[in-house]
Amino acid sequence: MNHDPGEAASVGASAPAEPLLKLRGIDKHFGPVQALYQVNLDLPAGQVTGLCGDNGAGKSVLTRCIAGVHQADHGQIFFEGHPVHIRTTRDAAALGIETVYQDLALADNLDIVQNMFLGRERLRRGLLDEDSMERAAGETLSSLRVTTVRSIRQPVASLSGGQRQSVAVAKAVMWNSKVVLLDEPTAALGVVQTGMVLDLVRRLRDRGLAVMVISHNLNDVFQVADRIAVLHLGRMVVEGPVAGFDRQSVIEYMTTGTLNGRSRTPMESAAGGSV
Amino acid sequence: MVGRENDPQQVATATEPAPAEQLVDLTAASGAAAAAEVPPEILAQSLGQYLRAWVQRIRSGDSGVLPVVLGIIVVAVVFQIANGKFLSPQNLVNLFEQSTIYMLLAIAEIFALLLGEIDLSVGLVMGLGAVLVAEEVQPAGLNWPWWLAIIVALLICSAVGAIQGTLVARLRMPSFIVTLGGLLILEGVAIIVLGGSLVGIGNSHFNNEVFVYNLFWGQFDPAVSWILLIVVGVLAATWEWFRDARRRRSGLVAPPASLTALKIVVAAAAGILVVAVCNVNRAAFGSIEGLPYIIPIVLVVLAAWTVLLQRTRFGRYVYAIGGNPEAARRAGISLPSIRTWCFVFGALTAGIAGVLFASWQVSITTNIIKDANSYVLLAVAAAVIGGTSLFGGRGRTIHGVLGGLVIGAIYNGLYLIGVTSEWIDVVVALVLLAAGTIDVLSRRGAQPRA
Repeated sequence: MNHDPGEAASVGASAPAEPLLKLRGIDKHFGPVQALYQVNLDLPAGQVTGLCGDNGAGKSVLTRCIAGVHQADHGQIFFEGHPVHIRTTRDAAALGIETVYQDLALADNLDIVQNMFLGRERLRRGLLDEDSMERAAGETLSSLRVTTVRSIRQPVASLSGGQRQSVAVAKAVMWNSKVVLLDEPTAALGVVQTGMVLDLVRRLRDRGLAVMVISHNLNDVFQVADRIAVLHLGRMVVEGPVAGFDRQSVIEYMTTGTLNGRSRTPMESAAGGSV
Repeated sequence: MVGRENDPQQVATATEPAPAEQLVDLTAASGAAAAAEVPPEILAQSLGQYLRAWVQRIRSGDSGVLPVVLGIIVVAVVFQIANGKFLSPQNLVNLFEQSTIYMLLAIAEIFALLLGEIDLSVGLVMGLGAVLVAEEVQPAGLNWPWWLAIIVALLICSAVGAIQGTLVARLRMPSFIVTLGGLLILEGVAIIVLGGSLVGIGNSHFNNEVFVYNLFWGQFDPAVSWILLIVVGVLAATWEWFRDARRRRSGLVAPPASLTALKIVVAAAAGILVVAVCNVNRAAFGSIEGLPYIIPIVLVVLAAWTVLLQRTRFGRYVYAIGGNPEAARRAGISLPSIRTWCFVFGALTAGIAGVLFASWQVSITTNIIKDANSYVLLAVAAAVIGGTSLFGGRGRTIHGVLGGLVIGAIYNGLYLIGVTSEWIDVVVALVLLAAGTIDVLSRRGAQPRA
């Protein structure tokens, strides 16, 4: 359970040929509503993938399928090249997949250390091992350079929005995680704090993690993403390196699912990008 | 750690920041900060820095014991001016005796309040515990040994808590309704168990009755009182000192040595004062002197529940559920079982209060059982006055003890200066409303600044 948070840094920074997490042909429906059709997605290690899409495009459902909140009806998930079944959030955590939800899920009355270890407290002789948890939390925060919180023993209620987001992200990477999914990490933040959180996202990438950022905000996506994937009405309409996109083309994919009226299959777009 | 040495170097200042500096400065990456295990900014090493961090905590809604300690001082000064007997050793012991039940019931209530729930039944769980223990030690009745009587009474009280807790936690019935029903049922049950007669436990030469009677009315010999203080005080001070020293050495957040020393000196002075006051003869005729048993009993309950709530996973989960149930659920915490156990521990504490209540009242009658209900609101009041939040997630067992002391002191002081009981109720209610206002305002102040 209690991995040394330092281990996460040892993951290689160079992108391997095989994506760390690979989704193939994911279908998901809720009753009569088909939320995802045959979705393919690659999350390579050491890269930030920006997942874009209009409201109702299926971004959240796709994220939850990876996080183990939902189970896909059809399709396969490959983790480090091996097919895996993610049935629960626990399965996802065991693989090293952590999700930072938009509402962050922090307890305001607990301090930073207590939040970071919530549900995975270290014990010593049956009692909480505060010293060891505080040390580990401090190491993780300083390795992510989250250094301006006044005390890691201050309650989360006293933190700014950006600091709270940073604590939530640090909590996700403490557990030797390899894939981090960030749901709208900058939605509630001002300009300065957004910049700080995006820096943090780059730092996760530099540590060799596969990062997926779900965002409405194309400014953010173009600032941090190495790759872009666009969902439209449950279909993955395009996926590729960021160099192949500009703002206008992403908006067009998000709103119409096509570029210049020409519909593209995911495989085409993955191979060639656009423009 | 993958470094990006070319990042602009912006070291945040540790002084009171302008708004912009309060943000997470993720670009702060001086070589020194990166090399240190823990960034220096997060460690408050001097007394001044520590006090500033403490002010920050208060502003964030975690006021701690400061308001209630100030309240106790104000109450003491006001009543001492109004009536010179208030701070006499005799009255102080009397005051503590009157506060004991409030303290224990407030601690019982805190278990529910921490979850953001309320337990209206603690007064009558206490009543049930009192009736049970009194009946069980009757020589003409069950005639059980005192220890069996107490254990069985506490187990039955805990079972009541388990039933109420299950209804609240598993069915998600509002705790207000469940415990309102509970208190009415318990009132009936306690009167049925009493059997319509008066049950006394004083005035007897039967050992088991005498033992229960002495729990409240007995005291240590003055010499033994001093020895107890020295043994407990030295152990606690040593533990506190070495824990803080170890944390300081490992670079963890810890108060500076001067503050630890100050805490120990204040606690030692308080302990010496308490024992000195208790060792004054407080009997009108003859001699009653020494530390009453109830003081160590309250301290043991306080210590045990403080460890449970502050140092175990269970306690951590109680606070997490009170603060953000959704976060707790996603962290894999079983909400129903933690909630149920809170009601069990609350009822167990109320049962302990019940054993002492039987001893205090000396005899249990139907009226005394009905009267037990009036303690519920005083228990809530004591917990809130002590600094426990009504909204869950904030509060400690020490708050119950200090709040109980405030309620006891107000009752005692107003009686001393001849105020009638109707007006006393009004004053206590006003104090409760003031404490509730502070709770609401500090909670508003604690809203995250996004």
